[in-house]
Amino acid sequence: MARKVTGRHVVISTVGAWLAGFVIFFPILWMVLASFKTELEAFATPPSFLFFHWTTENYVTVQERSDYLHHALNSLIVAGGSTLIAMLIAIPAAWSMAFSPTKRTKDILLWMLSTKMMPPVGVLVPIYLIYKNMGLLDTRTGLVFILCLGNLPIVIWMLFTYFKEIPKDILEAARMDGATIGRELIYVLTPMAIPGLASTLLLNLILAWNEAFWTLNLSTLEAAPLTTFIASYSSPEGLFWARLSAASTLAIAPILIIGWFSQKQLVRGLTFGAVK
Amino acid sequence: MGRITLEGVQKSFGPVHIIKGVDLDIPDGAFVVFVGPSGCGKTTLLRLIAGLEDVSGGRILIDGNNVVDVPPAKRGLSMVFQSYALYPHMSVRGNIAFGLKMAGLPKAEINQKVEAAAATLNLTPYLDRKPRELSGGQRQRVAIGRAIVREPKAFLFDEPLSNLDAALRVQMRLEVTRLQKQLGTTAIYVTHDQVEAMTMADKIVVLNAGRIEQYGSPIELYQRPANLFVAGFIGSPKMNFIVGEEASRRGATTIGVRPEHIAIVEDGGEGWRGKVLIAEHLGSDTFLYVDAGALGTLTVRCVGEKRLSAGDAVTLRPEPNRIYRFDDSGHSIFA
Repeated sequence: MARKVTGRHVVISTVGAWLAGFVIFFPILWMVLASFKTELEAFATPPSFLFFHWTTENYVTVQERSDYLHHALNSLIVAGGSTLIAMLIAIPAAWSMAFSPTKRTKDILLWMLSTKMMPPVGVLVPIYLIYKNMGLLDTRTGLVFILCLGNLPIVIWMLFTYFKEIPKDILEAARMDGATIGRELIYVLTPMAIPGLASTLLLNLILAWNEAFWTLNLSTLEAAPLTTFIASYSSPEGLFWARLSAASTLAIAPILIIGWFSQKQLVRGLTFGAVK
Repeated sequence: MGRITLEGVQKSFGPVHIIKGVDLDIPDGAFVVFVGPSGCGKTTLLRLIAGLEDVSGGRILIDGNNVVDVPPAKRGLSMVFQSYALYPHMSVRGNIAFGLKMAGLPKAEINQKVEAAAATLNLTPYLDRKPRELSGGQRQRVAIGRAIVREPKAFLFDEPLSNLDAALRVQMRLEVTRLQKQLGTTAIYVTHDQVEAMTMADKIVVLNAGRIEQYGSPIELYQRPANLFVAGFIGSPKMNFIVGEEASRRGATTIGVRPEHIAIVEDGGEGWRGKVLIAEHLGSDTFLYVDAGALGTLTVRCVGEKRLSAGDAVTLRPEPNRIYRFDDSGHSIFA
């Protein structure tokens, strides 16, 4: 018998959920609010929550001091480029491991995952030197390359688990029905794998957009994405809370919006297989 | 036309030999059932015929043409899978039409054929539904629809009814048989259920450990089993096997008597004496498990509502011309 859900329970759990959501979201809200304050108010104790002089001057200053669009474009190219290349490599890789596995498939998967267990800082010096010698420092190509490599294991793993969910019988039925490999891909496999492909793409995009270690260490200005742009506001000249907040708000806005609109797809993709 | 001939077909996966040289001739229009215990290679043999696996040796002829190097789609066969294997993102119509679409038929013709197949299988009201909105039996019919619409040379069924509940299984068994007779298309049907085999088949292939034990009509297999394996596999409840003196007295290593060929007699005359261990009353039949001393435990089928219960002493008398005799190697000795 299903448990009875009373009206009171619904009210309590709804309020509780909103409260928890608010607590988690609060730092971001605080940052957005701070971005509209003057530097002085941003520092003030006790802090003012809503009643302060709303101003957009921080955004103007940020845009004057550094070109937001330039960095946003870099972020887009680096995150988008590394994701696309990773998908192009990962799809066939995951495909072959899911549909014609060998004795070593499991070992290969574990080995790929193990590369994610190593702290990136452990290879910073060699990678930095290689990049320096190859002229890849502060280039978009260099960032695309390193982020693509960094996320590839996760992308392959995710795709592998999605593809694994597709019953082999269905592919065989398509073969019996006369579908060539190309048509099997277009008419049967891709439509069935779309939720998995979409959520992998989205997650990888977010991971690449937010990646700060390599982007901070391997770029300065020319190829600097938004992460480097934010970091530049915590400078030796001092910490400018309001401007830093404005820069951060600008940096996370695109991914926040994308995340908001695609949350349904994301959740569905991440629970694919668990809920049938 | 759909005559399928296997000549010395072999299949191994690495060092494991699954199919060890199978020769078989399936005439056009026949309903042939592959039956055997799990792991006997029956599904593998079907998949070899379908082309979903490559043979390791031998030839597969369809209407006289060797097809071992022909891809599955070009063999002109269609298959119904145990899991149905419907395309989940397509409607029933899309599922049935897929093969025709791949063959590049004009739209009007596809529609007409799909409608006809749906009508045959009572699927017309569901044509625009997705597979997940259908019951198990309906899904199975869609899978069959997908097979018949292509007008193949032969149907291949891989345990298609094993996911259905018992009542539906009986109903679908009849439907599949009726449909096959109506279309007159060759069918190969794999099952581990010997009742399905006996009721549906024109001819049964009994497989064991990658070899054919016997190939014949259901009645032939029942009346003249070639060896101990077939004798034990065909018939329900299983045939009783007796070894020792009782067997050697009849010039055999092992003798076998089916439960339905043993009578309970009360005339005090000649017979095997024993004690009832368990009596299963099914209404129309009663199955008795009788401890017959040196002969072992024997199963006896009595017609009707015989009032016997555990502990009762009984005398069993086998029908003399229904005793099967087997030699050292397990082969039948026919008089």
